[in-house]
Amino acid sequence: MVLEVKKPRAMWEILFSTHHTDIGLLYIILAITALMIGGALAIAIRSELFLPGNQGIIPDSNTFHRIFTTHGTNMLFLWLLPFAAGVGNYLIPIMVRYKDMAWPKLNATAFWMIPPAMAMVWLGMADFTWYASPPYSILKAPGPAAEMWIFGIKILGISSVLGAINFIVTILKMKHPDLPLMRTPLFVWATLVTSIMILVAIPTFAAALIMLYTDRLGVSGFFNPAMGGDPIAYQHLFWFTFHPEVYIFAIPAIGMMYELIPRFSRKPIFSYQSGVTAFVLLAIVGFASWAHHMYSTGMSFTEKTVFMIGTLAAVPASAMHVFNWTATMWGGRIRFRAPMSFAFGGLVLFFYAGAGGIVNTAMPLDFLTHDTYWVVGHFHLFVMGLITFAFIGMLHYLFPFITGRMYNERLAMISFWLLFAGSSVIFLTQHVLGLYGQPRRTFDYLPIEPLIIMNQISTVGAWINAAGAALLIGNLITSAIKGKPAKMNDPFELGEHYYDYTRREPHH
Amino acid sequence: MGHATFEWVYVGVVIALLVYVGAASWDVERLLDHAPPESKVVKVFGQQWLWTFEHEDGRKEVGELHLTKGVPYRFEITSRDVNHAFNIPDLTVMMDAVPGRINTMWVMPDATGEFLIQCREFCGFSHYQMRAKLIVEEPDATNVAFEDAEEKYLPASSVVDAGDTARLS
Repeated sequence: MVLEVKKPRAMWEILFSTHHTDIGLLYIILAITALMIGGALAIAIRSELFLPGNQGIIPDSNTFHRIFTTHGTNMLFLWLLPFAAGVGNYLIPIMVRYKDMAWPKLNATAFWMIPPAMAMVWLGMADFTWYASPPYSILKAPGPAAEMWIFGIKILGISSVLGAINFIVTILKMKHPDLPLMRTPLFVWATLVTSIMILVAIPTFAAALIMLYTDRLGVSGFFNPAMGGDPIAYQHLFWFTFHPEVYIFAIPAIGMMYELIPRFSRKPIFSYQSGVTAFVLLAIVGFASWAHHMYSTGMSFTEKTVFMIGTLAAVPASAMHVFNWTATMWGGRIRFRAPMSFAFGGLVLFFYAGAGGIVNTAMPLDFLTHDTYWVVGHFHLFVMGLITFAFIGMLHYLFPFITGRMYNERLAMISFWLLFAGSSVIFLTQHVLGLYGQPRRTFDYLPIEPLIIMNQISTVGAWINAAGAALLIGNLITSAIKGKPAKMNDPFELGEHYYDYTRREPHH
Repeated sequence: MGHATFEWVYVGVVIALLVYVGAASWDVERLLDHAPPESKVVKVFGQQWLWTFEHEDGRKEVGELHLTKGVPYRFEITSRDVNHAFNIPDLTVMMDAVPGRINTMWVMPDATGEFLIQCREFCGFSHYQMRAKLIVEEPDATNVAFEDAEEKYLPASSVVDAGDTARLS
């Protein structure tokens, strides 16, 4: 397959390259593949839940558990993380004016750890949910699937740590001496902050995974109550990594919004300093709120209060970003091409997600929403609404840079409206389902009218999303092969400088 | 207004709202967390995939729980195998059942009838079917409700307004 217009290259040249744009391309292709196959699992789940009782789409609850576990793991670690790394690979060396990433071979190594990990997660299809909570995961979860999941995640963790080290060194050490850090685009700040968070957060869960594995072997009992262990300890270790991980997913998306919104509003960013401040604040406060996932595990009143304050403290930083975007758009001559539409849609859904998040934080209300579909709707508004929308917007914006061709604008806008409508319908409805008390991770629900109606609306939304995603991927693939050649200096006619596309030619 | 002023005002408003949310939930949670000393203890055991209950007087029930209207109960919740979560959606009872730990939560049913008890934490194959029935009965000769329960357990003194009272009961 030929992916470059000006200078066609054989597939293996791209596969064995260490050039940052080639690695970026590989990351992005892998991430989009994961998005599509993970999305297919989501469609299966929603279709099964269209009516109470077994619809035969998913044969039994065990298969259902395997499917939603793989869906979650896949979407977080094989779509969000690799895509952010891919865009970072494309843009960070250009933005800091260096010829490549600091360590090209390390960069390639970090990427090539992902496909085997992906194979392990997908072939294993573990059934213990994406947070693998003991004692279920150590005592009851079946066979090689659990071990394959543990090692798959382990490899992905190492891969993202390697990538993070590479980004930090590229940004801090390889930055052009004439370019102060406070003059770099906000996307550089986003990647820097994210990479530091990865280095701080990931080791905790890496340790917990080893403990989980030895517990499964029966040689230790860290989390096994029968051997004097404590399952809650695992949850603390898990959320100490994976609450900051939420910001690790979100901050690159926020950085991409800062690339898209000022360009398409044709106005400078409202306040660069407040963007930087909010990134750094989020990164620090993000580590002070992990146990808000655990209010109902029997924490004391004091603990709950402390973590509620920690969680609320993260809200102003997110609100500053939303304010910054809105103020940037205010009075701008906005051009609603596909990238801007996705960014704006992401902003709207981010607002819903944040508002719902405040409800979850309030201690008494959390006992209403915890572990119900409310939570499912809430975090999907983040990962699908904010993050995926920003990513897809950035993908369209980078499309001429990557392929030298333009995508079909009309089809892209149709797929945007389908995805925006679909996502709103699915996830806002799921909030209501949660208030009716439907637990998450359930194969079936009680056949009572409100639950049936809400599940059906949510499923129809999923089908709309499926249509949007099919259109999106079809548009991107056909445009990559035979789209119109893009005007490379200013493909979106914004009167602004586009990225330095000549950098696509590898130098080594 | 300049850039900075405008943004500081906005951040100030957000922080004020958050302080309100935090203070209000601290206030309500304080009451939810401290069970009245006279409340009757019901031991709740989760296991794959059913609920068993043990009353103070030694009565045991499986899959059904009989409580009396107007009596405060303190659930002592634990699990016999993996994590579960004891949930009565209509009464806002929600607490994880963790093996090796006893978690408590208290409730005072204020209406008779049948309510759903379900498991809200993933626990394996039949998690979706792990349900039980809560039956709240009128007080009779053997089981006397406290007449002035509302005033006794929900201090109207300072902070709780009508909305909170409804949620608590």
